[in-house]
Amino acid sequence: MTSPDTETSNLYAKREPVFPKRVSGSFRTLKWWILAVTLGIYYVSPWLRWDRGPNLPDQAILIDIANRRFFFFMIEIWPHEFYFVAGLLIMAGLGLFLFTSAAGRVWCGYACPQTVWTDLFIQVERWVEGDRNARIRLLRQRWNGEKLRKYLTKWTLWLLISVATGGAWVFYFTDAPTLLVDLLTLDAHPVAWITIGILTATTFAFGGFAREQMCIYACPWPRIQAAMMDEETITVAYREWRGEPRGKLKKGEPISPDQGDCIDCMACVTVCPMGIDIRDGQQLACITCALCIDACDEVMDKIGKPRGLIGYLALTDERAERAGETPRSAWRHVFRTRTLLYTALWSGVGIALVVALFLRSPIDINLTPVRNPTYVTLSDGSIRNTYDLRLRNKQGDDRQYRITVASEADLVLSLEGTTGDVVTVPANETMTQRVYIISGKGTPAAESERTDLQIWVEDLTASQRVRAETIFNGKGN
Amino acid sequence: MSVKPTKQKPGEPPTTGHSWDGIQEYDNPMPRWWLWTFYACIAWAAGYMVLYPAWPLVSAATPGLLGFSTRGDLETEKQRFAEANSAIQAKLVETELTQIAADPELLQYATNAGAAVFRTNCVQCHGSGAAGVQGQGYPNLLDDDWIWGGDIESIHFTVTHGIRNTTNDEARYSEMPRFGADELLDSTQIAQVVEHVLAISGQDHDAALAAEGAVVFAENCAACHTEAGTGSRDVGAPNLTDAIWLYGGDRETLTETVTNARFGVMPNWNVRLTEADIRSVAVYVHGLGGGE
Repeated sequence: MTSPDTETSNLYAKREPVFPKRVSGSFRTLKWWILAVTLGIYYVSPWLRWDRGPNLPDQAILIDIANRRFFFFMIEIWPHEFYFVAGLLIMAGLGLFLFTSAAGRVWCGYACPQTVWTDLFIQVERWVEGDRNARIRLLRQRWNGEKLRKYLTKWTLWLLISVATGGAWVFYFTDAPTLLVDLLTLDAHPVAWITIGILTATTFAFGGFAREQMCIYACPWPRIQAAMMDEETITVAYREWRGEPRGKLKKGEPISPDQGDCIDCMACVTVCPMGIDIRDGQQLACITCALCIDACDEVMDKIGKPRGLIGYLALTDERAERAGETPRSAWRHVFRTRTLLYTALWSGVGIALVVALFLRSPIDINLTPVRNPTYVTLSDGSIRNTYDLRLRNKQGDDRQYRITVASEADLVLSLEGTTGDVVTVPANETMTQRVYIISGKGTPAAESERTDLQIWVEDLTASQRVRAETIFNGKGN
Repeated sequence: MSVKPTKQKPGEPPTTGHSWDGIQEYDNPMPRWWLWTFYACIAWAAGYMVLYPAWPLVSAATPGLLGFSTRGDLETEKQRFAEANSAIQAKLVETELTQIAADPELLQYATNAGAAVFRTNCVQCHGSGAAGVQGQGYPNLLDDDWIWGGDIESIHFTVTHGIRNTTNDEARYSEMPRFGADELLDSTQIAQVVEHVLAISGQDHDAALAAEGAVVFAENCAACHTEAGTGSRDVGAPNLTDAIWLYGGDRETLTETVTNARFGVMPNWNVRLTEADIRSVAVYVHGLGGGE
C-alpha cells in the first residue's frame, strides 16, 4: 500500500447552501398536487369522525395506546392482531421495492415527508425572500433591518408549520377535539407537550436547515435503493448523446453543427433542491424529483429544440438511443419479471390480510389447559382437569357466553365462581374464566392417558358459537 | 489494491486511491455539522457525568447532582404501586370475606394479588401449582377435601394463624396419639385397624382382620375420626373414607401413620403478611377449584 498521492484537503466541509430556483412545468404541478394531498391527509385525518356506538371512541383513525386498540374506520385491531400492522409494514416495504425497481426513487422525489416538508419550507422561503438570486443576495449582505425582518418572518412561518406538524401528530393518539381544548387551555398531558416539542424541533431543523443533508447523510434508503434498481429502471437522466458537447448559445449567432443541444444554461442545476448537476449522471444525492426536467424543457422550448434533453429514461434506453435504435416502451420497462414478482408478493400479502380481516371471529377465545398439575383427584375418586379460558368481548355491549363441552367420553363441565354454564363479559373487555371438567371414578376418560374434547363458547346475543380443541388428561398420563 | 488516483476533473473531489474491480471511492470531506454533533455529544457527556452517577469509586459511584439512583427509582415505583393499590386494599379489608366474590373488581384484584402472594410465600410447601406434595403431608389445595375447612373464612383463619405452630396462640391444633410408639396399641391391633381403614376407604382388605379392626377403631379412633371414619374438621381429623390421602392410603403408610402419628405444621402468616395479602391469598386458594 502506498499512500494515495492526493492533495491534502480539509477533513470537514461546510455545507454549501442550496437556493432552488422557481420552476414551472408538469412535474412541478404534479408535485404541488402530491404535496397538497399528502399534507391534507396528514392534517385532516385525525379530525374525521366515525360512529362506533356507545363506549367506543368516534375518531375514524385512532391509535389508542392507553387502551391498546387501533381504530381505522370500520376496522378495530386488538393487540393480539398486531400481525395486521406487521403485514402492512411488509406491504409498505414491498411497495417501495416495486416502485423503486420500476421507476427509481419516486418515493424520495415525490412522497417522502422530508421532500414534501422541505418543498413547503422552500416555498415559504421563496415567498418571503424572493427567488434564487434575491435569496443569495440576502444571505451575502450585511445584517440590517431588512435581512433581520425577512429572516425572522421566514423562521416564524417555519416554526408555525413545525408546530402544526408536531401538533397534528399527537391527535392520532387521543381524541383530537378534547386534546385541542386541553392544549389551548394548557391542560394537556406532558407526553403531548414533549411529543409536540420534539416533532416541532425536528421539523424545523430538518425542513429548514438540514434539508438535502438528511437524504445524503442520514437516510439509509438511498443506499438500499441501489440494489432495487437495474438498467431497465426508468429514472431521471440526462441524454448525454444529445446534449454533448455542450456549448453556450450566443445571441444572433447560429448554433454550430458539432455542438450538442445542451447550452450549459445551468437551469437544471439552479432548480435542484439537492444542489447537484444531473448531467454528471445518476448519483446518490439525486432524489429524482424531476424538477430539472421541467427546467430543461422550458429552455428547450425557448431555443426551439425538442423537449426531453433531461427526462425519464432507463440505462438501456440511453444505449439504444445513442445507437439510433428505438428504445423499449415505458410499459416494457415497468412490466418485467422483477416488478411482476414484487407485485405478486405485494398482492399476496394484501389478499392474505384482507382474508384474515374478514375471517376474524366475532368471539375470540383462547383455551389453555392447566398443566401444573395435569389432573386432580377429587374425594370421590373422580378426575378433574382445569382450563383457563380467555374470553374476549370485542363488542360495544356486555355479552353472555354459554360454555359447554363436547366429547365422546362422559365429561361434566363446571365453571369457577358460578353454578351455571353462562358467564357475562363486560363490553370491550377480556376475562379469564377457570373451567373444570370432571370424569367420574373408574370411567375410561379418568383411567386412560388422554381424551379429545371440544369446548364450545356460544354468544347468546348473536347466537354465534366457536370451539376450541383440547384434551382431557386421565390417570394413565 | 491501491492505485494512483485517476486524474480528477476540475471541481471533482479526489478519490481514496482504493480500487476494487475498477470501482473507486471518492474521498469526500465530512460535513462540518457532523463534527459539531460530535462536540455536542462530548458536551452532553460532560454534563451527564456531573448530573448522574458516573465515576466508580471504592464503595459506590459518584452520586451526581440530580441524586438519581436505580434503587431509588425502584423504591419510588414500589411506593407508587403501594399508593395505587391502597384504596382497593382498604376496601378488601373492610369487605366481609363472603362478599368479596360479589364484587367483580375486588375479586379480580384479590385473585391476582393472592396469586402473587402465593407464588412468593406458599409454593415452597404447596407447590407452584398448589397441588401440594403427594404423600409427603403437604396438602393439595386444588381438590375438594379440606382438613380444617374449605370455605373462605376457614381458609382465611388457617392462613392467619397457621397449624400446630408454637408462635401463635390461636393456631389450629390437634395431635394424633402415637399408638405404636407409645404402646397404646400392639402390632396386631394396629394391623387390624389398618385393615378396617382400608375397608372403609374402599380398598382391597382382609375382611376378618377388618372386622376386628372395627372394634379397635371404635375404641381408639372414632373420637376424632368419627365412628364412620369421615373425620372431623373441628379437630383437623382427616376423612378416612375418601380417595384423598395426605401421607398415603396404602397398608404400609397407614401402619406407619398409626404407629408414629403425624404432626404437620404450617406457620401463622399474620406476622409476615398484611391483612389484605392474607385475604387475597385466601380468595386465590378458594378459587382454585376446591373452595366451598
